[in-house]
Formats: sequence, structure tokens, C-alpha cells
Amino acid sequence: MASAIFFLDLKGKTLLARNYRGDIPMSAVEKFPILLSEAEEESSAVPPCFSHEGINYLYIRHNNLYLLALTKRNTNAAEILLFLHKIVEVFTEYFKALEEESIRDNFVIIYELLDEMMDFGYPQTTESKILQEYITQESHKLEIQARPPIAVTNAVSWRSEGIRYRKNEVFLDVIESLNLLVSSNGNVLRSEILGAIKMKCYLSGMPELRLGLNDKVMFETTGRTTRGKAIEMEDVKFHQCVRLSRFENDRTISFIPPDGEFELMSYRLNTQVKPLIWVECVVESHSGSRIEYMLKARAQFKRRSTANNVEIVVPVPDDADTPRFRTNVGSVHYAPEQSAIVWKIKQFGGGKEFLMRAELGLPSVRGDDEHGGGMTGGFGGSMGGVGAPGKGAKRPIQVKFEIPYFTTSGIQVRYLKITEPKLQYPSLPWVRYITQSGDIAVRLPDAV
Amino acid sequence: MAQAVNRIRGAFAPPRKGETFELRAGLVSQYAYERKEAIQKTIMAMTLGKDVSALFPDVLKNIATSDLDQKKLVYLYLMNYAKSHPDLCILAVNTFVQDSEDPNPLIRALAIRTMGCIRVDKMIDYMEEPLRKTLRDESPYVRKTAAICVAKLFDLNPTMCIENGFLETLQELIGDPNPMVVANSVTALSEITETAPETKALVITPATLKKLLMALNECTEWGRVTILSTLADYPPQDVKESEHICERVTPQFQHVNPSVVLAAVKVVFIHMKLLNPELVRQYLKKMAPPLVTLIASAPEVQYVALRNIDLLLQAKPDILSKELRVFFCKYNDPPYVKLQKLEIMVRIANNKNFDQLLSELKEYALEVDMDFVKRAVRAIGQVAIKIEEASEKCVNTLLDLIATKVNYVVQEVVIVIKDILRKYPGYEGVIPTLCKYIDELDEPEARGALIWIVGEYAEKINNADEILSGFVDVFMEEFTQTQLQILTAVVKLFLKKPSNNQGLVQKVLQQATSDNDNPDIRDRAYIYWRLLSGDLEVAKNIILSQKPAITTTVSSLPPALLEQLLAELSTLASVYHKPPESFVGKGRYGADAIQRAAIQEQRQDAAENPIAASVAAAASGSNGAQSNIENLLDIDFDGGAPASAEQGGTATPDRMSSPSAVGGLPGAPAAPSGGMADIMGLFDAPPAGVSGGGFGGMGAGDMMSSFAAMDVSGNSAPPPPGQQLGHASSSGSGQKSGNDDLLGLF
Repeated sequence: MASAIFFLDLKGKTLLARNYRGDIPMSAVEKFPILLSEAEEESSAVPPCFSHEGINYLYIRHNNLYLLALTKRNTNAAEILLFLHKIVEVFTEYFKALEEESIRDNFVIIYELLDEMMDFGYPQTTESKILQEYITQESHKLEIQARPPIAVTNAVSWRSEGIRYRKNEVFLDVIESLNLLVSSNGNVLRSEILGAIKMKCYLSGMPELRLGLNDKVMFETTGRTTRGKAIEMEDVKFHQCVRLSRFENDRTISFIPPDGEFELMSYRLNTQVKPLIWVECVVESHSGSRIEYMLKARAQFKRRSTANNVEIVVPVPDDADTPRFRTNVGSVHYAPEQSAIVWKIKQFGGGKEFLMRAELGLPSVRGDDEHGGGMTGGFGGSMGGVGAPGKGAKRPIQVKFEIPYFTTSGIQVRYLKITEPKLQYPSLPWVRYITQSGDIAVRLPDAV
Repeated sequence: MAQAVNRIRGAFAPPRKGETFELRAGLVSQYAYERKEAIQKTIMAMTLGKDVSALFPDVLKNIATSDLDQKKLVYLYLMNYAKSHPDLCILAVNTFVQDSEDPNPLIRALAIRTMGCIRVDKMIDYMEEPLRKTLRDESPYVRKTAAICVAKLFDLNPTMCIENGFLETLQELIGDPNPMVVANSVTALSEITETAPETKALVITPATLKKLLMALNECTEWGRVTILSTLADYPPQDVKESEHICERVTPQFQHVNPSVVLAAVKVVFIHMKLLNPELVRQYLKKMAPPLVTLIASAPEVQYVALRNIDLLLQAKPDILSKELRVFFCKYNDPPYVKLQKLEIMVRIANNKNFDQLLSELKEYALEVDMDFVKRAVRAIGQVAIKIEEASEKCVNTLLDLIATKVNYVVQEVVIVIKDILRKYPGYEGVIPTLCKYIDELDEPEARGALIWIVGEYAEKINNADEILSGFVDVFMEEFTQTQLQILTAVVKLFLKKPSNNQGLVQKVLQQATSDNDNPDIRDRAYIYWRLLSGDLEVAKNIILSQKPAITTTVSSLPPALLEQLLAELSTLASVYHKPPESFVGKGRYGADAIQRAAIQEQRQDAAENPIAASVAAAASGSNGAQSNIENLLDIDFDGGAPASAEQGGTATPDRMSSPSAVGGLPGAPAAPSGGMADIMGLFDAPPAGVSGGGFGGMGAGDMMSSFAAMDVSGNSAPPPPGQQLGHASSSGSGQKSGNDDLLGLF
């Protein structure tokens, strides 16, 4: 429960506010920037919620905005923080980007949305597709006055009735992103696959869908055997359209989909995966006047597949200059604004291996023990003032890529059954697979 | 009058005169589009923080319109400024009542929703009929809005709400076919029950339970959170019912919204208490993957999840023992997430995963964020004390770290090694390394730690007397906690090497008793002095007695508080790790104080508005019950004289400095009852509290430092909390050191 919601700029000035309960002084918001900066002085870790004189402040930051909720009760913190994120999501869909400007330009509709999304401090409807059906930029005259879509309060609150398409199609995208943390000596510290099945659904009426995956638990519970590989998903999260109790009972994924684009489900696998693009790096520092990086990148996936748009970002010291590169493939450039060198390879075939050398000059006068990519940058100072957050934090090498027609986990869509009892139309499901880099971090070794 | 307003306004802000004038002209224009534009501009000015309340009568003229957008804006304006023109609100009533019967459900809902937000008595009087009708509306959209409106009405006028039977209507709505209506009815009822438990508004019977479980699978994510929170508070009739609830709630673990997942975890965690151990084990196992997935949500939500996982782990240490890697910090995690992840990693450290953990911690200790680095170093020490097999590796890691010579790393390592020595005295080999860094130490805790080490191992450190005499020379400039350590260390040194340290001990005792005016230090010095002037063997037995090893430095909450917080999962209390009464303010008082401040603010706004001010002035002489100010008051004052807002302020505690940084101990409490619990907490406080207290005085205040004065730091880890109270009196007899006897002195 939130008593009031505020949109503030980074200085803490209120851009727009909505008082839902009138039980706290709205001027409490003026304390927020003060409290925040006081807390920041005390510690680098200021939590997203704190309490002051009986008022609790819960906030998130988005672009150049703070979204702040105030409450005096022992509120459900997770709910309110999520609601703030939901506001961001909905507003972004309405205005493309949510920032200071878009708040100022759209205050009328923002008030309307805030009125609809929360009542007396309790979150109500936050489904932006449904909101868009009855809260629009155009004004309504009596004849065509908007009415609340039945869907707002329906058990199927995500789909309106009466949708018609000439051609009934469904597109399924299975997207897996790989998160990886590799230590500087090449050990995989943590690996995780975050998968998502995204749908583009252009179907008429109220279709009933059933999705079959090569889910190991499902095969086990139903006692069926399969020829192919079955995968074991660690934790699955579904869009609210999926009947959770049905999944719990017999692992059937059945649902009435929302119209258009949405994410049907996401899953997580903790299985140890070898890094698809393996990066080794040696850093050599030459008597403090220049620094040299030797990179080896190897594609550790089947020869049939190709990784596209590979990008390897290697952090270098902030004050490096005169970069020189040598590589047998792709292009390398120095990006001083992010203190990094970026090695781009358009296409990286499976099983291939490429090398790159980079050499950068360093200014002759510098701090005593700084080397490589801000490795220990900032150390050596005296007490206090050293821990400027974020600045000079130890940055890892980052790897980005995309491999089409390939999933790391081996997940497969076995079938997608579509039935619409009234209309009984033929329909076409299309499936695509793609693997992406998620958060891939290879810790940079110390310079030798 | 209006001109007068303009003139006064104009005097303060010249350009505003023209603007207000222009807006007014627009608001009464004969063309609809001009009126609409003027309303938009008025709202714009309101948004920018300008006071446009003077336009109230003119805006009000536009309320009867068929343009939905315009209507919404006028309503919005009304909500904001009703308080400043309570008497004029009556003019809007008619439109509201009409709108609540409009053929369009959107307008009916809008009318009833807005009426509830216009917190003025005159409006409330007219709410009865529209509310009654909309609660029975054919459209579920209107019903769900009306349900919330009952809570609004109760907040403003509980008597009217009860007399009209709205609570009963709400209770019936729990059986509504529409899940969202059910959810909002439950929301409203549970709020009413919270503010006024005597109404017994939300009583769950087996029949309502069934309805709630039905609605759970169908309603929106927020509705699910509401229903789950209600289920968590429901006391089950028997084991079967608990089983049933757990079974029905578990599928919600798969929901995409983290707050639904957390609410579901809460329900299962609370209701599984009655289940048989085998089922409990299964549910705990099922809980792990969704908990892990929460770590992938937005950082703020992650933080709430991490603070909750911390609580869960204190109750069930094993649930995530295989998931250590998930909590590894990402380099771009916000600092508050990183620190919390560290806490949790230490909690799930065991003899299988410590290797991995240590190399990770070492990595963190080389980062640049000072708080994070210190916490990482401390975590290494905690692992060493928690897991015996890991201790050697930990000590080596710490030695590697001290070699970096980074000032705050060195200090933290010294503090950590002190604790390690209290568990494993055998690592004395590291002492010479530590002594090399004496000059680096400027934090009292680090200095205290090193001095304690020197005193404890005086017989093995050749130049102990040299080191300590250096500290004695600057005795008067040290912090209290360091002074206490110097005193004890010198006495220990004297007892171990009496021959050539008599002068030193006399010097320090002299300074501590005659030059010092801190009673803690004086008292301790006098006790030592008396001991030393008697039989030295007795003094030795007391001061140099063998102290039992500490068992852990990982802080945990007192069991009673933990139990309370586990029932509060995902609320602010579970994030702060403090009982709700410590920050919400005591009962009605804390809430009232804030409400009063809100009223004060509005009164002030009104004072700036000449019209309202004149009304207020006229009324101020008359009886309060009739005054217009009464309209500004959201609640009755219970007849008591309104306490000033400042007074209210003191009743509620100050902002808690980031909970993660405070460690396990609750801060000094403000509320009396909370206070008692917290002082108990000090005794219950696990070893970390006591051990830390000796050197760090971890914010526990004087209470702690006076214990520290008794050198409890060198004392045993306290026995399980159950025996705590008996501890001081009963344990004096055993082989224990003199500390306990000294405790008796108090």
C-alpha cells in the first residue's frame, strides 16, 4: 500500500505527484533528497527503502527520474517496488521512453493512468494492453465514450473478446541468454541459462493453446519416454495467462494467450555450460609506459552454427593513449568514453579461433600501483573518500554475441496445439530458436 | 473577493496575476474547447506546484460535461483542492450522484472512486446512497471500485460505514463471481481490520477460505498478493487445512511477478509448521528454485528478496546450501545488493563450498568500494570461525590481503584475525606480521583489536612492553574502547612479565583513575588495582583465566524477533529486520502524529488561501465541532488536545541507517514495548553481538560498552538464549573467569 506516488527529477524536485490516501504530509517528499544524500555520505550502500520519522520511502531510479512511494504503514515492500517498476513499463509503452520530458508532456494521461493503476494505494490494473483499450490520447465524446473493457475485471484479464484476423498465425521465439562468470585463470565460476519463450500471437476469438516442450519432469510424471534429449528446467515462470495449477499437476502448459506480443514463459537452467565463445587474455605491462593485451577467442560450438555480431569489450586504464591493434579477423577500435577496446567480429564460425593484440601507451607520470583496466585503480589512498561507488570498479571483459537456430540447453518445442471451439480455424505456428549472450564476464588477469 | 485574491497574489508573484486571470477567462468561456484547454492549463499549473485553488469555483462550473477526459481532470482538481473549499464541494455533489448512475460503468466507477478521495465531511454525507448502489452494480468494474471505496469511507467515518452495513456487504462480496471484486473486498476488509480490529471485519471461515483459494488462480497479480497475504495471516483449524493451503498455493511459485512468489513463499513457510517433516522437506526443496530466481529481478526487488532470504536462512539454514554461486556479486550490482549477497554467502557457507567462496571473497577484497571491501574481509573471518577446515585457508588469504598494504584492508584484517585467535589460539604465528602495521591503524576498533592481541599473547611477543608503553603514552588521547583495551592488556602484560613492567602498569592505572573521568574506565582500573594489590595468584586466576572459544561471529536475530519477522515476509519490517512497531509508531499514536502533520500542512495551505483563511478565522473562535477546520481533519482527535507534530516525531524513530550496514543488532528503540524486546535482544544477541561489542560497540550503545568494560569480549560465547537470564547469576560459581563476578557487582 502506498500513500502517495511521486515522480522526481535527479535533484529531488517533484515533477508530478498523486496523493492516494491523504494520510501523510505531501511535504515529506522534500526530505527525500536530503535523506538520500545523508545516507550516501554514511555508506556507499543506500538501500531502496528507508524510514524517517514514521514515513517510509521506497524508490527506484529510471533514466533521469526517481519514482518514489511514501507510506506510513508496514507495507508489502516487494509489491510497491514492483508496482513502481510496472509504472515504468506501462508508461514506456505509452510514451516510448519515460523521462523528465515525457512526464511534462503527458501529464493529463499520466494522471488518468495513475488513477486507473492504483486506488487508495492498492495496485489495480497494470496490464498496459488492456489499459490502452480505454485510456487513450484521443478524447472521447458521448457517442463513442470509452467503456471499461470486460477484460479489466475478467478472469481472462489480458484478452478482449471479438478479435479477428484473416490469417491466423503464431510465432514462437525461443531465446536463451547465457550468463557466465569466468575467473581470470579461466575457471567458470558461475554459469546460468536464462531462457524465454516469446510469442507473437495473431489469432481470432478466444483460442485455447497447449504448448509441449521436451521437459524432463513432464516425461517422468507421465511415464512417457522420448527419443530425443529432455531438459530439466530449474525454475519456470509463466505469464499470468498460463494455468498454474494445471502445470503443477501434470506439467501441461495451457493458456488463452493475450493478443500480439508477449513473453509466455521464462526458465532457468543451472547446468554447467562451457562458454560458447571462450576468451583468454594476457596483459603485459612494460615498465609502466605501455600496456599490451593479447586476446584469444575460440568458438566452442558446433561447426554448423555461426555466431553473429560478436563483440569483445576489454577494459583498459582510463588514461591510456595511442592505441595500436593487430588482428587476423574483424575490426578493433578504442572507445575512450568507456575506457575499453572493442573487438568486433561479424561472423564467428563454430570451432574457429582468432587472435588479437592491442598495445596502448600510458602517461609517464601516474599513481603508484595502478595497472590494467582500473584493476586496483583508486587504491593506495588514505582512509575515507576512496570508495567512490562505481568509479574504477574492477571491470571484467565482456562478450556479446548471437547464435541463431541454436539453443544451449537443447530445449525444443514439440507441439503447439491451437483450438478455438467456436471459430475452428486452421492456424500456423512458427518456431525460431536463438541463443544470445546475457551477462558474460571474464575477469581480467593481473598484468605481468 | 476574487479580485482581492488576485491582488494579494499579484503582490507576491507578479506574473501569476495574468495567468490566473487568463485561466479564469478560459474556464468560463462560451466555447467548449477553450474551457477544456483552460482546465488542462490549470492542471498543468497544479502539477508544477503552483497554487491554483483560487480557481475552484470556476473549475467547478465545468464538472457537468460529457467529455470524459475533461471530467477526469475536473475530478482530479477537486481531489486536490477540496480541502481548501470544503463549503463549495457541495456544489459538486449533485454531479457525482448523477454520474454514479450513468449508463457507462467507467463513469459510475470514476464517480464513486473520486467521491471517496474527496475527504470532506459534506461529501461523505452524500456518499451513502451511491456507494450502496455501486456495491451492487452489475458491472464488476464498478463493484471492485466500490469495494475499495468502503475502506476509504471507513477511514473518514467508521461509524457511518458500520451503521450502513457496508462491512457486511463487503463480506458478501468475498463470494462474488468476479475474482477482482473478491480481491478488492479482501483488501478493503483487511485494511479495516488492521485499523480497527474490534470490527472483526475480516473473519475467515472454511467457506471463505474456499472462495479465496478459488479466486487465487484467477485474479490479477496484485489480487493474488492480497489474497496470499490474507492466507498467511489465517490460523489454520487443523493439519489438513494447512496441507490444503500449501498444496493450493505452491503453483503460485511459478508466477512471473516476484511479489506473488514471495507472498506464496510466505504462506507456505507459515503453514507448513504443522505438516509432517517429510512434507516440510519437500516444500523447502520446492521453495529453493523460485527463491533463486528472485535474484534475477530488478535490483530493488532483489534487495527485498535478499533481506527475506536472510531471514529464511536463519530459520532454515540448509534450504539454499547448493546455491552459493547464485549469490556471487556481479560487478555492476548496486552496492546495497552486493553487501546483502555477502551476508547470505556467509550464511550458506559449508565445508563443501568454502573453497569457492574464499577465492570469490578474496576477489571482492581487492575491489575499490571501501564498505564492500571491509565487509568481504570480515566475511573471510566469519567463514574461518564458522568452518574449522577453512580456517587455515582463510588465515592465509587474510595474510595475502594484508600484504596489499591498503589502509582499510589492513585494519579490517587485524580486527578479523583477533576474532580468529579467539577461536583458534594456535594461529599466533601471524602476530608478528600484524605488529608490523601498528602505525597504520587509526580506527579505534582496529587499534583495540591489536592491543588485545598483544595483551593476550604478551608472553610470546618479545617487545610487547615496548608496544604497549607506546600506547600508554598516548592513553589520554585514545577512544574509550581503545583505552579499555590498553588497560586490560597492560595488566595482562604485568601479570605475565611482572619483573620489568611495574612502572608501566602503575602509570596506566594512575592515568585511568585520576586523570580520566569516564566511569567505565575508572571502575575497571580500580578493580584491577584492587586485584593487583592483593594476592597476585588470585589476580592471575581471574584475569588470565582460560576463556572458552567463541563459536560464531555471524550475527543472527533473537529467536522471538525472527519468529515475528518470518510472519512479516516481504513487508518493510522484514526488510529492515525490525519489528513493525519500531518504525510505524505505536498504534494509533504514531499514525495519528503523521496524519496530524498532513492536516497541519493542509491547514497551512488553506492559510495561504485568503478565502479559506477568512472562513477559518471566522470559525476559529467558535466551537471546534462546527468549525470549518473540522473539515480539514481527517480523523477525530479522541477529544485530546492535539499534540504538536514535533512531539509525534519523537515517538517514531529516526530513519534507520541502511539496515545492511548496521549488522544484526536492532538500534536503540524508541517505543517502550519495542524497547523491552530489544534490550532482551541484547542478551539474546548471539555471540557476534557480544564479541563485536567488545571491540566495536556495534552501535548497541552504552549498555554494550559497559559489558565490554568487563572484558566480556574475552569471555565465552553466551549459551543458548533460553539460559541467558540465568547466565549472570548462576555461572559465577564455575571455573569461569572473574568477569561474571564482576557482572554481579552491577
